[in-house]
Amino acid sequence: MNVLIAGCGKIGITILGDMVKEGHNVTIMDTNQNVLASLTDVYDVMSLCGNGVNCEMLYEAGIENIDVFVATMGSDEANMMACFLAKRMGAKHTIARVRNPEYNERNLKFMKQHLDISIILNPEHLAAGDLFDILKLPSAMKVEQFSRRNFQLIELKLKDKSLLDGMNLIEVRGKYPAEYLICAVQRDDNIYIPNGKFVLHSGDKIGIIGKDNEIQKLFGSLGLLKKQAKKVMIVGGSRTAINLAQRLLSIGINVKIIDKDEKKCIELSERLPKAEVIHGDASQQELLLEEGLLSQDAFVTLTGIDEENILLSYFAASQNVPTVLSKVNSDQLTFLSEKLGLDQLVSPRKATTNVIISYVRALQNSIGSNIETLYQLMDDKVEALEFIVNSDSKLLGIPLKELSLRKNTLIAGIVRGRKTIIPGGNDTILHGDRVIIICADKRLQNLEEILA
Amino acid sequence: MNKRMIVHMTGQIIRLESILLLLPLIVAFIYGESNCYLAYILTSGISFAVGSLTVMYSNPESKVIYAPEGFVITALSWVSLSLIGALPFVISGDIPSYTDAVFETVSGFTTTGASILTNVEALSHASLFWRSFTHFIGGMGVLVLMIAILPSSSARSIHILKAEVPGPTMGKLVPKLRSTAALLYIIYIALTLLQIIFLLFGGMPLYDSIIHAFGTAGTGGFGIKSDSIGGYSPYLQWVITIFMLIFGVNFNVYYLILIRKFRSIIHSQELWTYIGIVITSVVLVTVNIYSKFHDFGEALRHAAFQVSSIITTTGYATTDFDLWPDFSKNILFILMFIGGCAGSTAGGLKVSRIVLLFKQVKRSFNSMLHPRSVKAIRMDEKTVESTTLQNVNIYFALYMICLALIILLLGLENFSFETNFSAAVACFNNVGPGFSSVGPAYSYAGYSIGGKWLLSLAMLLGRLEIYPIILATLVFFSQRKYKA
Repeated sequence: MNVLIAGCGKIGITILGDMVKEGHNVTIMDTNQNVLASLTDVYDVMSLCGNGVNCEMLYEAGIENIDVFVATMGSDEANMMACFLAKRMGAKHTIARVRNPEYNERNLKFMKQHLDISIILNPEHLAAGDLFDILKLPSAMKVEQFSRRNFQLIELKLKDKSLLDGMNLIEVRGKYPAEYLICAVQRDDNIYIPNGKFVLHSGDKIGIIGKDNEIQKLFGSLGLLKKQAKKVMIVGGSRTAINLAQRLLSIGINVKIIDKDEKKCIELSERLPKAEVIHGDASQQELLLEEGLLSQDAFVTLTGIDEENILLSYFAASQNVPTVLSKVNSDQLTFLSEKLGLDQLVSPRKATTNVIISYVRALQNSIGSNIETLYQLMDDKVEALEFIVNSDSKLLGIPLKELSLRKNTLIAGIVRGRKTIIPGGNDTILHGDRVIIICADKRLQNLEEILA
Repeated sequence: MNKRMIVHMTGQIIRLESILLLLPLIVAFIYGESNCYLAYILTSGISFAVGSLTVMYSNPESKVIYAPEGFVITALSWVSLSLIGALPFVISGDIPSYTDAVFETVSGFTTTGASILTNVEALSHASLFWRSFTHFIGGMGVLVLMIAILPSSSARSIHILKAEVPGPTMGKLVPKLRSTAALLYIIYIALTLLQIIFLLFGGMPLYDSIIHAFGTAGTGGFGIKSDSIGGYSPYLQWVITIFMLIFGVNFNVYYLILIRKFRSIIHSQELWTYIGIVITSVVLVTVNIYSKFHDFGEALRHAAFQVSSIITTTGYATTDFDLWPDFSKNILFILMFIGGCAGSTAGGLKVSRIVLLFKQVKRSFNSMLHPRSVKAIRMDEKTVESTTLQNVNIYFALYMICLALIILLLGLENFSFETNFSAAVACFNNVGPGFSSVGPAYSYAGYSIGGKWLLSLAMLLGRLEIYPIILATLVFFSQRKYKA
């Protein structure tokens, strides 16, 4: 498909990288020639120097043949305007990044409808959602939701002397009975889609899928169930922080936000009347201790600088704060911070990626099934996809044990109405089901592709 | 430095050549030239073996390459292509001396068209075909061909393309590099086929048509007759004139025509300047040589043919222009430097660089008169980046220095100043024939072995626009220094 990305900031580049990896024809547009020059050296894309709201530039980029137009320029208004123009000039689908919290849900819905924008993307909002999910289940590294929160996919790191060390999956299932499935394991750099005889070790990163209460039950029996955080300290008054604080406050959690900038602090206190706002430099350890770091249930770093976030989190972890979350955008730093033992990381970029890839891939497929959600996990080496099964799917009514699946692919869950099923060999896929597939190695577009 | 990847890519190029060498073999079979069978089978076999072994044993851990690797791969590929491509001439006995064979092959791949052969017509059909086919491959670029064919090319391959495609900047036609390369070749092949059809229509035999279409498409200039194109009918000469001009135009223009974006073409300053230079030169030369022909149509035809042939650095001739008045010769001489448009198969400095140089001269005049004036240089309705301008200026300086060095060294040869000077210019700009003793009626056979190697180097420098060869040499020596 032909993709045009206007605005090559952090998010723009992330989307660009994803689209290139997915094999699309990507054209990028930015006003800064130097940025374009360095990007075309690294990515196989065509570049155009100019403003994405300029109709002539859009024409030059061949907008009438563009399938997906993505506007990720600095200004929300420019993005919406560009999407509007692009749509009028013939682009098939448009995606706009809008992050000013002033444009609330109702606002966005109205604009989306009248400007004919396919997706309005708010990376900070998405990241706040991810953070919120983890704070509710603090042992997990990552929590992703399927099918209107019917199914959860949890990434969990097995700590030293984990109860699961040395057990194979059948034993695990026997000892800790609940409706769940261990669907992927990452050990060092290798990915395994495990079968029953697979033996777990300490240090493995495992993916577990199941209903949230079942997973709570498993975590309970594993002794991993930390209490839901009651007191949360946030460093950095970014948009993500505001969004997260709003969600936390709405379910009655205490929130304390620290920021260096006085003006920002005043703004925060206006927006979040229930939160405690502290004006100060969080890099001073004294200040953190004075503000009661030790009595917090969770510590979240959301400053704009990855390095600062990592260092602050490292300090908090060394002070034995039960849950430490950090926002880390750069992939290289993600790797480093995991080495430091900080494994609860959230990235606005990653969150965006999941949304965009699943949308674009769903556009590509036409037959049998539709991609509803897509998550990348285990350093993006594994994908979890949710398909809606149409009436003309080839898989209908066949018991799963009779299907020959391709290697490293797993049918991990079926949602039928309100019922969730962790499928066994005798289960079948029916019309209207939502099927969750775990897959390594291959980028699935259709449900049928799981067959060998 | 990703050495394994450099070796790997060069190996693939060599393997690709083994496949290309099968085409002249087919020609040899058609004409039953048994002395050529062995030459082409053997060379093809050798290059397949060498290429496959290097590809297999290089086994690169990482496929990532950066700009330095791009330059080295380009330089190394072209040198090894030429050295291997020269073998069939020697083995078949068509050109017994290896130096001569290398000169001829380099001249082919770099689309120069300078020859050491005194009697072209004595060569076998297969070797004549191979000689012209090297024009066709070298014209669009062998690495471009490889990128178009091989699926493994990564985004970083753009460094190779940048090093091989001539012109100050390299623009993609479509987002994907591989599709861009493929598209360039499709346009290239389509135009070549079109020319073959036009030539056949004019009664030229199929074999001659193919050879001349290859020579025109690559803007090379190897023919199969001693009098080049002179013996063919006026219609055929006009067809070749027009197609030479077509292949001297930036290929982006044809893509824009294909996707019906005529507006961008109208604003292409390079294209109009190119057309302007051609028309002015043709008019001036026609007037100047009218007294020699006493027939307006004939004078115009010869003027148009020679001007097109020289500005696109092809080097075909319909008449011995060395006998023309000095004014016409001087025009042709200046055209050698200008060359075709960027992104075409032509050599020379390229029209777009000339345009930018003149614009800068104009700006500097302006700023001398109005010291506070600020003026951005614009081309095709877009502001030109200062780094691009700087690169153009540096390239011009480097070009002049290289030319001066080549002329200086060529001075050791036993020829007149005019011969040596025009030989250097004609080879460096990939034109082919020069003036006096290297004029269209003569050949480069008289040069010594050293002189031939020097001119071969000059042709490679000219085709790859200097940088890859020099940078590859620098990298090579700096690597050795680290080892010691």
